[in-house]
Amino acid sequence: MALLSKKDANLILDPLADNNPITIQVLGICSALAITAELQASFVMAVSVIFVMGVGNVVISLLRNVIPSKIRIIAQLIVVATLVIVVDQVLKAFAYELSKTLSVFVGLIITNCIIMGRFEAFALGNGVWRSFLDGIGNALGYGVILIMVGFFRELLGSGTLFGYQVLGDPIAKTGLYAFGYENNGFMIIPPAALIVVGIIIWVQRSRNKALIEEA
Amino acid sequence: MHEIKLKYQGKKMAPAFNAFHTFLYAPNETTHAGGTHVKGADDLKRTMNTVIMALVPVLLFSFFNTGYQHYSAINGFPENFSVMEHFLTWDNFWLGLITVLPLVIVSYGVGLIVEFIFAVIKGHEVEEGYLVTGMLVPLIVPVDTPLWMLAVAVVFGVVIGKEVFGGTGMNILNPALTIRAFLFFAYPTWMSGDKVWVHGAKEGVTQAGSADAITGETILGYLAQNNETIVSSKFSLSDMFFGFIPGSVGETSTFLILLGGLFLIFSKIASWRIMVSAVIGSLVMGLIFNGVVDAGLIPEYSKFYGLMQFEFWKHLIVGGLAFGIVYMATDPVTGSQTTRGKWIYGFFIGFISVMIRVFNPGYPEGVFLAILLMNVFAPTIDHYVVRGNVKRRMKRLKNATIFPKDSEGKTAELQPETV
Repeated sequence: MALLSKKDANLILDPLADNNPITIQVLGICSALAITAELQASFVMAVSVIFVMGVGNVVISLLRNVIPSKIRIIAQLIVVATLVIVVDQVLKAFAYELSKTLSVFVGLIITNCIIMGRFEAFALGNGVWRSFLDGIGNALGYGVILIMVGFFRELLGSGTLFGYQVLGDPIAKTGLYAFGYENNGFMIIPPAALIVVGIIIWVQRSRNKALIEEA
Repeated sequence: MHEIKLKYQGKKMAPAFNAFHTFLYAPNETTHAGGTHVKGADDLKRTMNTVIMALVPVLLFSFFNTGYQHYSAINGFPENFSVMEHFLTWDNFWLGLITVLPLVIVSYGVGLIVEFIFAVIKGHEVEEGYLVTGMLVPLIVPVDTPLWMLAVAVVFGVVIGKEVFGGTGMNILNPALTIRAFLFFAYPTWMSGDKVWVHGAKEGVTQAGSADAITGETILGYLAQNNETIVSSKFSLSDMFFGFIPGSVGETSTFLILLGGLFLIFSKIASWRIMVSAVIGSLVMGLIFNGVVDAGLIPEYSKFYGLMQFEFWKHLIVGGLAFGIVYMATDPVTGSQTTRGKWIYGFFIGFISVMIRVFNPGYPEGVFLAILLMNVFAPTIDHYVVRGNVKRRMKRLKNATIFPKDSEGKTAELQPETV
C-alpha cells in the first residue's frame, strides 16, 4: 500500500512544481529577495517556514470549527505569531550568529503571504492530515526556490557555498581566482534575486507551456 | 550563398543563414509585380550604420588617447604638448589598437552569438539592433576591463535588457547602458577609482625612474576629493574639450562627440530636441550648484564643495555626459516619442546627471544612471503628454460651435475662429 493516496501526494508535489507559491502564485517574494544572498540563511529560512506552516496548518485545521469566521484573521495571526516566536527563540538559543543575519526576517515570517494564504484557503476547510500535507508541501515549494536562488547568489556573488570557498580563495588567488575570475558584486544585492527568480520563472514556463497565462 | 539560403529556407537555422546573407549580399528577392511600393531608404540598417559612422571618429581617437595616457603616465606628461608629436603617433595607435580592439571584438562576438541563438529559437530574423550597442559598449567601459567580464555583462545586457522584452525595439532600457550598469555594480573595483582609467595601472606598471605604480584619476574623481588645484594644474581647458584626459575608452573627446552629434542631427537620425534639452538641463543644475557656492551656503571643507564649485558649463566637457547625451539619450526606442516629451525627457537627463555627479561621490559618473532612470519614465512622460493634448482638444471642442455643413450665414461661419 502506498504511503499516501494519489490525492494526498499531490498536496505535497503540486506546490513543488506546477503550483509553486513563489514562481506561479508570486507570493512570499519579499523574503525570497531579502535573505537569499547566502545559502545557509536561505536554508534556515526554509526550515523555519516548513515548521511554521506544518504546525500552523494543523492547529488552524483543528480549530476550524471553533473559530468564528468574523475574527478568523486575528485568530490565524495569533497562531502564526506564537509559532514564529518559538522559531525565533530557538534560533537565538542555538544559532545566535545566524539569527543576527536573518534579523528581522524571521519575525516577518508572520507577514509571509503564503502562510496566511494557506490558512485561509486550505486549513480552514480541510481535515488535519490533509492540512498538514498541504502546509508541508507549500513550505517545501517555497524552500526549494529559496535554496535555488541562494545557491546561485552565493556561488556567483561570494564564490562560496554554505560558507565554504568552492571556487578557491579570492585573497590568496587560488582556484578560479588564479585565472583572473572575480566575484560578481551584483549578485549580493537584492535586485539580483529578483532577476534570478525571474529567470527561474522563465525556465519553468518555457518547459511547461500550460503555465503561461493568457495576456 | 543564394543557394544555401534557399536550401535552409523554412528550416530551424534559417534566420542565422539569412542574417549572413543579408549582411554580405544584396537581397535576391524583389517585390512582386503589380501594386505600388513606396520604399524609404532609411530602414533600420541605414539608421544603425549612420550611428556607427558617427562613432568611428570617437573610436579612432580612443586608440590614440589610450596610448597617450599610458605612455604619459609612465614618462610624465610632455611639457610642450603638440598633437602631431605626442598624440598622433604610431606607438600610441598601436597600443590603443591592441587594448581597445579586443573589447570591440568581444562585444560584437558575444552579443551577436546571443542574438543569433535567440533568433533561431524564436524563429524570427536576426535584428540589426545589436550593431550600435556592440559599438557603444567598448566605448563606455574603462580600457582595462577584463574581456570575460565584458562578455558576461554583454550576455546579461542582451538577454535581460533586451531579449526578455521581445528583442530590438521592445526594450525598456538601453542595452548598452544596462551592460555598463551591470559591470558597475558587479565589479566595482574594475569600474571606478584611480586605477582603471589608464592602461596598465591595474597591473602595477611603474613610472619611469620611480617605484610608484602609475595612476590616472579622472577629473571628476579629483573633484570629488576636493582636489581642484590638481585639476587646474594638470588639465587645461582645451585638454578637456579635445579629450586628452583619462576616462572611459571613447567618452573623452567632447569635440569629436560634438561632430558626431551634428552629423546625427543633420542626417535626422537622432533627436536634436533631446540633445539640446539635456544640455540645458545640465547647465541649469550646474548653475544652481554654482549659485549655492557663490551664496556661501556651503563651507569649503564640505565633501560636495569640489564638484559644486566646478563651473557649470565645464560639466559638459568632462566625463561621459556629452557621450551619453549624444549617443545614449537619443536612442529612439527607449526615449520619449512625443515632441514635448522629448524636451522633458532630455532636460531631466541633464539635470539628474549633474545632480548624481555632485551629490554621490560613490558614483562620479551619474549620466548612465540618469539615462536609465529616464528610460523607465519615458513612457509615463509620453502618456501624460498625449493626455494633455487630448484634454486641450476636448476643451477646444467643447468651446467650439459646430455648424451643419450647409450653413449659410457668413457671420456665423466666422465664429469658431474667434474661440
